[in-house]
Amino acid sequence: MAAGAFAEAGADLELVGIHKRFPGFTAIEDLDLRIPAGSFFALLGPSGCGKTTTLRLVAGLEQPTSGRILIGGKDVTEVKSFKRPVNTVFQSYALFPHMTVLENVAFGLRRRGISDAVGKAHEALRLVELDHLSARRPQQLSGGQQQRVALARAIVNRPALLLLDEPLGALDLKLRRQMQLELKSIQTDVGLTFLHVTHDQEEAMTMADTVAVMNKGQIEQMGAPEELYELPRTAFVANFLGQSNLFTGPVTSSKGESIVVDIAGVKIEVPKERAQRHTGEVTIGVRPEKLMLHTSAPKAAPGTNVLGPGRVTDVSFSGVSTQYQIAVPGLGLITVFAQNMVFGPVVNLGAEAWVSWTVDHGFGLADEPEHAPKFASDTDTATIALQTRHELLAEIEEA
Amino acid sequence: MRTFSLGKWLLPVYSVLALVFLLVPIAYTFVFSFNDSTKSNVQWVGFTFDKWLNVCDAQGLCAAFGTSVLVGLIATVIATALGTLMAIALARYRFRARSAVSLLLFLPMATPEVVLGAGLAAQFLTAGVPKGYVTIIIAHALFCLSFVVVTVKARVASLDPALEEAGRDLYGSPAQVFWKITFPLLLPGIIAAALLSFALSFDDFIITRFNNGPVETFPIWIYTAAARGVPAEANVIASAVFLLALVIVIVAQTTSAARRKRLAKLQ
Repeated sequence: MAAGAFAEAGADLELVGIHKRFPGFTAIEDLDLRIPAGSFFALLGPSGCGKTTTLRLVAGLEQPTSGRILIGGKDVTEVKSFKRPVNTVFQSYALFPHMTVLENVAFGLRRRGISDAVGKAHEALRLVELDHLSARRPQQLSGGQQQRVALARAIVNRPALLLLDEPLGALDLKLRRQMQLELKSIQTDVGLTFLHVTHDQEEAMTMADTVAVMNKGQIEQMGAPEELYELPRTAFVANFLGQSNLFTGPVTSSKGESIVVDIAGVKIEVPKERAQRHTGEVTIGVRPEKLMLHTSAPKAAPGTNVLGPGRVTDVSFSGVSTQYQIAVPGLGLITVFAQNMVFGPVVNLGAEAWVSWTVDHGFGLADEPEHAPKFASDTDTATIALQTRHELLAEIEEA
Repeated sequence: MRTFSLGKWLLPVYSVLALVFLLVPIAYTFVFSFNDSTKSNVQWVGFTFDKWLNVCDAQGLCAAFGTSVLVGLIATVIATALGTLMAIALARYRFRARSAVSLLLFLPMATPEVVLGAGLAAQFLTAGVPKGYVTIIIAHALFCLSFVVVTVKARVASLDPALEEAGRDLYGSPAQVFWKITFPLLLPGIIAAALLSFALSFDDFIITRFNNGPVETFPIWIYTAAARGVPAEANVIASAVFLLALVIVIVAQTTSAARRKRLAKLQ
């Protein structure tokens, strides 16, 4: 590729029928993906779901077993990584420790023989507000600053496609939130296509235009964050992206625009357009914050589903909301998030409680929860980032 | 109340004794390099700078020293270059017989030098290679190689593979990635390996003795001289080498920060 022949705007990325097998396991199974130019796309999934491998395939650091990779309509499957118009912000940042910040940022420009590499590097450092530290060594910077240098080093090349491999994984929560906003605004400014890989569902939802949830080497569901959250199609998505209360039972009848499902003897309605399946055994769900908590049996009203009575087995206060666990005989535990409108928990531990929700908030899944175990919410991001890193190293070793 | 603690005194006393035990031969060598002796350098005759000023007066001493330096340099260059490449291959790539190669590389370190020397001598004889500079250099490069591989491999293992990937990702060709990223980051390990190689080569007697033919290295010369009494000039060379090594260590320690900066300027 000729020097300087890079897009000023982002380019489409297309993955066609990608398979990637490592000795002993399959990382990616028949993956098709199209990311339009200029979008901020997040690939979300737990450790080992193949998201990092996908990123490395696009960067050219791995070769697919089969399938094709197209950037801006051009087949780059056989193109070596250093000739692809793609740059990566690595999870470990991978800043060159023997070079200054400025030399790090100018590295890509110099390799391509771009004129005024130093000037352009300064410009990129100004964008991330670190120009005053350009003479420092990476080790002399804080984690957040290193992250911004890594970002500047990648975007200074104006790649058609910018790959972000959990770049915020090593930062503390406050810095993460700040960097998320910064990343998003930089993406809007430079208009490049961003492909962001993360296991943090909140990060994916705040930053990306489109989120693809990946599991076991395949994309489970793809769409705008709100769409994925409001209408998950599989049990995996329902539990990985936020939390869900899931119930399984047979469809007994059809009532106008809704199907009626028998859940442990209780008739629950789900809108047909929000259910993937309309007959047989189905799994339905509702988000914990959509549930209303009652201390006495609520009156049956059309357009409302009621479950109960049950016992409150756990109350945990988390500032904005209070999380209740309610054990309903025959149904198991139901989680409820209640906004904190008054002081103290509204319902006490051990109290009898009912839950209700508007029929429109329910959803019906295409599969059953047995296939996907409930994932613990990722409170300790550092641990997960570390796991992913070990996994990546293992992958490299394996290859 | 007297608070006599055995542990409190034992450690310092023991440490001082151990240091004295280690340093006495060196101090002896250094002091006797100023001895105004004629033939044997066993008894103290008187103080003189003559031996330091006319060190090459001793027959063949400076030639032997020169030979050792030359052999050491060439063997070091060969062993360091080959060993670095082997270390990178062993630490970074999976290939057939990788663990076997790793194990075999340890063998020269584990084999008694006498066996290695005799074996090499037999090989050279069979192959019809006349003994001399070439055979000494081959022998030295051989046993230094293992040490270089071990030293550099540790450095490669501590290098984040993502750094080289970042280099490739930032449009560096394989050659550029090696020279701009891998090599500078491995350099401290490579320098350490080269110094170790040179020291091992310079110092080697047993393997050299089997393969030197007519060529005399410094240790061989001293061994030969010892039969009739080691002249004070040998002490001079030994002391000088010791002092030089000391200076190198001190300089390396104090300027390691400065060196890192210089290294970066090379970029």
